[in-house]
Amino acid sequence: MPAYTLKRTFVAFLILIVVSGLTFSLSHLSADPALTIGGEQASDEDIQAIRKLYGFDRPIHVQYLDWLGRALSGDFGESYHYKQRVFDMVSERIGRTMLLGTLAILFALAVSIPLGTLAAMRPNSITDRIALFIAVLGQALPTFWFALMMIIVFGVWWRWLPISGHTQWANYVMPTIALGYYATPALMRLTRAGMIEVLASDYIRTARAKGLSPASVLFKHALRNAIIPVVALAAVWFGFMLGGSIVIETIFNLKGIGWLSYDALLRSDLPVVQAIVLVFASFYVVLTLLADLLNAYLDPRISVR
Amino acid sequence: MSGTILEVENLSVDIPVAAGMLHPVRGIGFSVSRGETLCIVGESGCGKSLTSLAVMGLLPKTARRSADRMEFLGRDIRSLREREMARLRGGSMSMIFQEPMTSLNPSYTIGNQLAEVYLRHVEQSRAAARDRAVFLLEKVGISSAASRLGQYPHQLSGGQRQRVMIAMALMCGPELIIADEPTTALDVTIQAQILHLLAELQREFRMGMILITHDLGIVARVADKVQVMYAGKTVEEGPCETVFDAPMHPYTQGLLRCIPIPGRTQRGERLGSVPGIVPNLVGELSGCMFRNRCDYASDACAGMRDEPTRMGDGHAYTCLRAPEEISGEPQAAETP
Repeated sequence: MPAYTLKRTFVAFLILIVVSGLTFSLSHLSADPALTIGGEQASDEDIQAIRKLYGFDRPIHVQYLDWLGRALSGDFGESYHYKQRVFDMVSERIGRTMLLGTLAILFALAVSIPLGTLAAMRPNSITDRIALFIAVLGQALPTFWFALMMIIVFGVWWRWLPISGHTQWANYVMPTIALGYYATPALMRLTRAGMIEVLASDYIRTARAKGLSPASVLFKHALRNAIIPVVALAAVWFGFMLGGSIVIETIFNLKGIGWLSYDALLRSDLPVVQAIVLVFASFYVVLTLLADLLNAYLDPRISVR
Repeated sequence: MSGTILEVENLSVDIPVAAGMLHPVRGIGFSVSRGETLCIVGESGCGKSLTSLAVMGLLPKTARRSADRMEFLGRDIRSLREREMARLRGGSMSMIFQEPMTSLNPSYTIGNQLAEVYLRHVEQSRAAARDRAVFLLEKVGISSAASRLGQYPHQLSGGQRQRVMIAMALMCGPELIIADEPTTALDVTIQAQILHLLAELQREFRMGMILITHDLGIVARVADKVQVMYAGKTVEEGPCETVFDAPMHPYTQGLLRCIPIPGRTQRGERLGSVPGIVPNLVGELSGCMFRNRCDYASDACAGMRDEPTRMGDGHAYTCLRAPEEISGEPQAAETP
């Protein structure tokens, strides 16, 4: 197990280096930061001066290594627009995004695992059909539309919930549901398929032959094996939610790093974009790593392979 | 033999399928006493596994079970609810399956899976469950038993897993143990060991055992009573030696021709086979189902009723041919 963990951690680190290199070169190729900083009225001399000042005239790999060196020591530079340290801007908002993402994935799991299990217990029954309907609906509705509908119903008509901000827990209710519901169908279908397969397995017959209670057969013996693939998928979805909350954060004006990335992209604020992409990439990498380790714990055969 | 443990009369299993109603078990009866081994023999699809699942109450949801009598330790188990049946299963009746590689849960340790059945049926004491598990693992011939408790199924070989399954079946000191082809998936040397082990444990704990197999070589070694099944019915039953010495039903004779018998089969002699395949058991069935594979079949076989010919000492067979007719023939084993 320790060797397995070490190997996976090393691979994760390499992935982050590659991602940061790619983002750096792509973003510097797609926009000229000197133009952004100078603004529309800047003269050619000003632009040249800015290039020299910020070091944009150097070859791109030199700029990247310079950036990487500082990033490794925690210095991600300064925002071109806000003139604040990027590190502070991100760390101030990252908590909100993580809270929203965590709530959303928990909501998705809390809906999809019971629903998938219920559906698997009686395939093709009315319960199964209802679960399927709920799932397909979640997949079919665009997140932004669903979010807007919730705002109209719960925020405007009934006035139950606040429609924007991040200061109180009630601010998180609608964003959580909007973001989490989108992941529910995939997770539910996978739970259902896994459960149906596991319930037909020999070791479930053994568990029943041992006279164990139906709850023990279902939850101890079946669910643990059925959710192994669900854990892996949930990790990917969690990464997606942390990185993909841009739309939701913007709609609900919940100022996390999703909202910040939207803002930074509009302003071509490259140091901010660069840092946020790296943060999103680390989310994915860390989550995939955690999912692998969790799977190795759930299924003892995995770390042996 | 002191006391009957299980008594079954006229057990049938019906399963609705797309083509109609499947009748895999059609009126089987048997009994097992304490310390007795009953072998149910037959080829694949004759209903022997479903018979055992029907006794355990583990039939698939769609299957329907009916019986005139099913008494376990003097208790009618036909009308028991699932909850009450679960109290018996794993406790006083337990089962060993054919597939040791997949019958253990890959996610839990051996110790956990052994202990849980004890905790469920005997007492809530982890220490006692652990001691019992170590005791039984040693009994079934697993070395350094205590350290095995923390191992997972994938760390054991097929033979070891089947030993664990046997230990698991014995955790609560069952009165009846049903072994459904326990050695089929294992290689030949391990088969003999496992079989020997089962027979030994059965004697030591004075359990009743139902051993389901298609291998007559196994039957000859361990059985007290034999029941030969064909197409969901009993075609012949009786004490082991009697059935082996004087098989009466053409199917039993055919099966016995398929295995070498020490002292009877000559070197260089060809072993026989039973030609043909098992009949389809969907829809209305009548007459002797073996007639399309039988050397002695006549028109009368199509109208045969299930009335076994009884030979004394429990030996009986269901065939139209009279005993004199059969025993007057040359030795069954010598016909090609």
